[in-house]
Amino acid sequence: MMPRLSSIVPESCLLIVVGLLVGGLMKLVAEVPPVLESKIFFLYLLPPIILDAGYFMPIRQFTENLGTILMFAVVGTLWNAFFVGGLLYGVCQFEGHRLVNVDLLSCLLFGSIISAVDPVAVLAVFEEIHINELLHILVFGESLLNDAVTVVLYHLFEEFSSVGTITVMDVFLGVVCFLVVSLGGIVVGAIYGLLAAFTSRFTSHTRVIEPLFVFVYSYMAYLSAEVFHLSGIMALIACGAVTRPYVEANISHKSHTTIKYFLKMWSSVSDTLIFIFLGVSTVAGPHEWNWIFVVATLILCLVARVLGVVGLTFVINKFRIVKLTSKDQFIIAYGGLRGAIAFSLVYLLNTDHFPKRNMFLTAIITVIFFTVFVQGMTIRPLVDLLAVKKKQETKRSINEEIHTQFLDHLLTGIEGICGHYGHHHWKDKLNRFNKKYVKKCLIAGERSKEPQLIAFYHKMEMKQAIELVESGGGSKLPSAVPSTVSMQNIQPKKSPQDRALPQLSKAREDEIRKILRTNLQKTRQRLRSYNRHTLIADPYEDGWNEILIKRKRMMELEKKISQMNNYLTVPAPAPDSPTIARARLASDPQAWGLKSLTESIPTIKVDLASPQSPESFNMVDEIGKKGSQSKASEEEDGLTMKVPSMTKPRKDKTANEDDDKEPQQRLMRCLSDPGPAGEEDEEDEPFLH
Amino acid sequence: MQFACACSARQMLYECNRNHRKIEQQTRRLGYWWRITVVMGSFQSLPDDHQYQTLSKNTGFSLEQIAILHNRFKQLSQNEETLRRDDLKTIQDLESNPIRSQIIEAFFDSRNFQNDGVGSVEEIGFEEFLTVMSYFRAPPQHITEEQREKIRRSKLRFLFNMHDTDNDGTITLEEYRHVVEELLSRSGALGRETAKGIADAAMLEVASISVGPMAPDDFYEGITFEHFLKILNGVEIETNMHIRFLNMDATVLCK
Repeated sequence: MMPRLSSIVPESCLLIVVGLLVGGLMKLVAEVPPVLESKIFFLYLLPPIILDAGYFMPIRQFTENLGTILMFAVVGTLWNAFFVGGLLYGVCQFEGHRLVNVDLLSCLLFGSIISAVDPVAVLAVFEEIHINELLHILVFGESLLNDAVTVVLYHLFEEFSSVGTITVMDVFLGVVCFLVVSLGGIVVGAIYGLLAAFTSRFTSHTRVIEPLFVFVYSYMAYLSAEVFHLSGIMALIACGAVTRPYVEANISHKSHTTIKYFLKMWSSVSDTLIFIFLGVSTVAGPHEWNWIFVVATLILCLVARVLGVVGLTFVINKFRIVKLTSKDQFIIAYGGLRGAIAFSLVYLLNTDHFPKRNMFLTAIITVIFFTVFVQGMTIRPLVDLLAVKKKQETKRSINEEIHTQFLDHLLTGIEGICGHYGHHHWKDKLNRFNKKYVKKCLIAGERSKEPQLIAFYHKMEMKQAIELVESGGGSKLPSAVPSTVSMQNIQPKKSPQDRALPQLSKAREDEIRKILRTNLQKTRQRLRSYNRHTLIADPYEDGWNEILIKRKRMMELEKKISQMNNYLTVPAPAPDSPTIARARLASDPQAWGLKSLTESIPTIKVDLASPQSPESFNMVDEIGKKGSQSKASEEEDGLTMKVPSMTKPRKDKTANEDDDKEPQQRLMRCLSDPGPAGEEDEEDEPFLH
Repeated sequence: MQFACACSARQMLYECNRNHRKIEQQTRRLGYWWRITVVMGSFQSLPDDHQYQTLSKNTGFSLEQIAILHNRFKQLSQNEETLRRDDLKTIQDLESNPIRSQIIEAFFDSRNFQNDGVGSVEEIGFEEFLTVMSYFRAPPQHITEEQREKIRRSKLRFLFNMHDTDNDGTITLEEYRHVVEELLSRSGALGRETAKGIADAAMLEVASISVGPMAPDDFYEGITFEHFLKILNGVEIETNMHIRFLNMDATVLCK
């Protein structure tokens, strides 16, 4: 029964119901239920959700649709506010008796509070319906950016209500105020974001506290903005969005995971608490029910939303390439949910200035309940009914990434040929500025020069490598890995005499594979436990060209291998260490050839092609190849898993190892003999140049 | 009009140019804003308007857009009839583009001229220039699924032609490697080494998606156009591959 319930009713509704029950229970026991205090809400519950949204914001879609989002957020909210406020005032005047003393300013203030689409509610509902990215970013972006409008209108009307008269100058100042609030918020957020990025550049020795910087700086951005009455939400979004690309390039993989999980955890907790509190506050809060006011509010909100969306889309479609269809418009209008922010803002109102505050509170709660329950519950079947495009679940493939980048450059080039500075031109200029100056400052070491395509590729490689090791040596295959196509299927065939390297016999290969596979499983259980001061440094972020790290790896590796007396020399250790480092090194055996740039550390390449990687090793002696750098060797070694040197297969080989005999033998000795640790220092020489 | 019908397209274009030049000389003194209105007004009274009409029908651009692109064409070709590779190489904005040479080649590739030609040419006229540009038009709003698919195929064909330099109908591993290397050509040695790995991984992916499991002795020739379509299913080409063509002449403001 439970799974079915959660597929019909969105989580937010269930949570509100739970809150209602809890509140009811407390009332029964004659306790005073706690109300969602605005301070707690704005300072502790809201920031994690917004930071989570801002940090994981898809920047590309956001900037592509920025014009549309801004139109909806600014103009749409203004329209809603004035429409609802004005007409409500009219309704109040008409209905007489209890409502006559509700003045225009109060109504406008109420209108401005209730007209803002709430990011918490939108996130909660939209995340479950998996709608396509365009609509998601439109509604979600609108809910985030309209905070500035709400803040300005709220403060404006609050001020006006104490002053009394309004002049044209005040209206003009209001517009200026809006610009200051929104742009100021963004600037504050961006500054803190850059500071966080800059700090993370130096954290290579203190990996454990890296996530802390992200959280602390973002929260400070929020607080600073709120202190100056700027838009805290926009500051938080700007901070998260600016921080992310640089911080992710600097921090370790584990820190990245930590940040992700902490953000998700906090925002989950906040989300839950907010809705429960809403339910409890409904039971607790002072209510003043007025049929006409409440019903009028509800109807006006809906009508205003629909009219606003339709009108704005009409104007926006003139400027958009990909027009918004009426289905899109319906979803956008229907997705305008109100939530806890509106509730908290009304709660903050001063009863002296606003005698009808309780009525406002009741009306807001009703609207929130209506949008969350009715609209939240029905949006999913409606999406299915209208056959709105859903989010594509496929992972980004490397081909798509290559072609997206290719397209970007192509379109920029065509714009250059056409001669006008369009959208792509400025984006390209920004990217180049970013690459040339900003990245150098904010990203540590080699990563600053890494182009996006390579970063994507390495991320993908690493992910697959980790999946491979975690799946216990390849029994199950990760979905994105091409199943049984390997390098030899796409390499142009070479005639036998071009091959400088002999192949192992099948039997030998199978034997080796079996041994290696069991090895992999055994090594995983042997990881040392560590305290936080001796966390194994993740070579992924330490720059894979750094000789020192590699050297350390090799030494640790040798220590481990020296413990396994009978086993072949397989550097198949902890999931995050040498495998990855080698994966990075290993796109080309020539990379570690005789050049002074790199050294001849035997490399392991992750076989992206085969799920049973340990079983499909190409048993080729890499060191032996150094002398014979023919094309054949270079091409065949593309992506297959290699093992540096074997004791047994060596006898079978007839590889040409003239000059390399000595270092080879030394290497073998190091790897296979459980030699004394003291010898390690001199034996390191073969690995270095 | 009789004159226009009797001559070849090139001559018509020349006439058009001549008239344009006259009007340009007249309006130069009047300044930028006057120029727009006069040009707009002038081509409507041109007898060779017919040429623009044909081009508009073939490529789908509006008459104003064609006029603007024509101005740009003349600017690039220094008022000559045809455009050469060197003319395009002088554009400063293209200097920093990593796939510059491929873009320029695409303009001179007769597979893109929609007249079933092959091979590359040395110079192109305005019609070919416009035809290549038309691949970057946004799809119109209300079109059927079929037309959308057709547009998608033609845009992807353009991309395919850019990769398939030897015109054998497939993108081989070497060609794909070349593409990735060009993309990463600004990253120095680091890029060159990983470019190969990336191209290999990408090729493996294509092979596995298109062909499925392969025996160790099978050989995957290269990416055919159908496979290319399949792997780029996720990228919404018809909506992404476009630039905004102006209806107002702003080229005087830029290089």
